[in-house]
Amino acid sequence: MTATPFISVRDLAKHYVSRGTRLNILEGISFDIAKGEVVGLVGESGSGKTTIGRSVLRLVEPSAGSVKFDGTELTTLSSAQMRRTRPRMQYIFQDPFASLSPRMTIGEILTEGLKIQGIGTRRQRVDRARAALEQVDLPADAIHRYAHEFSGGQRQRIGIARALTLAPEFLVADEPVSALDVSIQAQVINLLRDLQQRLGLTMLFISHDLAVVEYICDRVIVLYLGRIMEIAPSADLYARPQHPYTRALLSAIPSPDPDAPRNRQILKGDIPSLANPPSGCVFRTRCPNALEACAGVAPQLRQVAPGHYKACIRDDLN
Amino acid sequence: MLARTPHPSPGPTARAFHRFGNNRAALFGIGIIVPMLALIVSYPLWWTFKPNDIDLLAMNSGPTVTHWFGTDGVGRDVFARVLEGGRISLLVAIASTLISATIGFLVGAISALAGRWTDAVAMRFVDLVMTLPPVIFLLVLASIAGTGIWPTVIVISLLSWPLLSRMIRSRLLELRERDFVMASRGMGAGLTHLLFRHGLPNSIDILVVYATLQIANAILLEAGLSFLGLGIAPPAASWGNMLNAARSTAVLEQFPWQWLFPGGALVLAVLAINFIGDGLRDAFDPRAELN
Repeated sequence: MTATPFISVRDLAKHYVSRGTRLNILEGISFDIAKGEVVGLVGESGSGKTTIGRSVLRLVEPSAGSVKFDGTELTTLSSAQMRRTRPRMQYIFQDPFASLSPRMTIGEILTEGLKIQGIGTRRQRVDRARAALEQVDLPADAIHRYAHEFSGGQRQRIGIARALTLAPEFLVADEPVSALDVSIQAQVINLLRDLQQRLGLTMLFISHDLAVVEYICDRVIVLYLGRIMEIAPSADLYARPQHPYTRALLSAIPSPDPDAPRNRQILKGDIPSLANPPSGCVFRTRCPNALEACAGVAPQLRQVAPGHYKACIRDDLN
Repeated sequence: MLARTPHPSPGPTARAFHRFGNNRAALFGIGIIVPMLALIVSYPLWWTFKPNDIDLLAMNSGPTVTHWFGTDGVGRDVFARVLEGGRISLLVAIASTLISATIGFLVGAISALAGRWTDAVAMRFVDLVMTLPPVIFLLVLASIAGTGIWPTVIVISLLSWPLLSRMIRSRLLELRERDFVMASRGMGAGLTHLLFRHGLPNSIDILVVYATLQIANAILLEAGLSFLGLGIAPPAASWGNMLNAARSTAVLEQFPWQWLFPGGALVLAVLAINFIGDGLRDAFDPRAELN
């Protein structure tokens, strides 16, 4: 997809067995991320966004498939090798109230990674923690306080600072603003974007907020029921969505202009059960354009415009 | 919020101890156990009699000015023996609690954090230990290990840890899935780091409560073993073997001070420690944070 991918995910799958039923949470997930690129991952709740983010960093063990990070295959690394590679890739959590230990001071939280990796002396680690707080616009004296003394937005910035202490090259941001007030969301998003540009970070940005994704991402992956529906550069995706699911999603974005024409496309039904997914295309049960052929084989991703891929058999929708 | 608090607010453990300070029953327990400990530790400095000194002029004497708690059948001072017995009982209780808390924590924590196979093996072992009938297990262990302080400590320790390891395991199984532990793993944390930087601080409430209640329990177990002649052997004093020595009908009826005082000390110590344990449990109750 891109010439020299920094991250390359191929046929990633994850399944759980629950009471004898096999649940295919993810199936056939393949995508690349170039160095310095911000890729958005959007989809409904339960579509497997978080599982992809965690599998890529091996916080969850994928059931099958390959994840290459800067040329290194991660899925076959021993746990000791993996621990040494971890500083290069960090995760930002969705819930700022669960992601900081209530029993550690901010200083302890921010020096934890450096301590685990055996980097620097105690003093150097504290200096690094102070620098990280500064990077996220928090006062350096916060290091003596506990997480419960901070607001949600401040905690989220502490979570970002923690990820930065290890000087990672790759960040997975798992809905970093969805738990925050709207007024704080912009602050945190801008902070993330500034840091990404200043530090040249590569980022996988998970969100269900399409407006946020459009703002921060270079490319977008649309996920439905653990399968990729469409991959496209942001501008292209928002201007010319190809997959019926993406169209439905985009039509749901509220417009600030009350007089703007609304062509809201409301999907019927609910997201199907993973225990009993539809045959062929998983979206066909809710798709306004489904044909009988959609129940046959699962459509593969194919290129429909430069860099624009979709998993849909219909080409006659434009 | 940041601007309003000039001093860092206390951590969760400090807040729990503050709540403990407001619990009357627990403070009453402290008020009993601290003077008892002070007497037990300091008595050789100011009490005239040693626990094994024989006063031939005062056998089976009732409480007098010289012998505050009276003497036993061979003329030994009951006050000195109660305090010496307290030393041994508390030593056995504290040592066995430390050992069983360490075993219980490590087994439970490793079980929860080291992966499925370790968990399965460790928990089946815990099941096995828990199915052994405690009294018979104690008697068999004690007859193998013999009498004396350290065999008694080991016997009590080996019996008491499985319950704690179950509690620690269930706490850490839940903790393992929390985001901040996942973050720690994402930064490369290994088992030791997770065990001591996350596992230990987040089970401190369980450990403190277990330890206090287990000290009371161990004092009773030691007394029981010694009463059966398997714990601390005479002539060394312990609350249990003093009760054993005083169990004949003649002594029970005619020389009540020989069993009243060690028995009373035992009841008082166990009661006080249980009050403290209950207070700690309430203080560490997560629901208390809401008030």
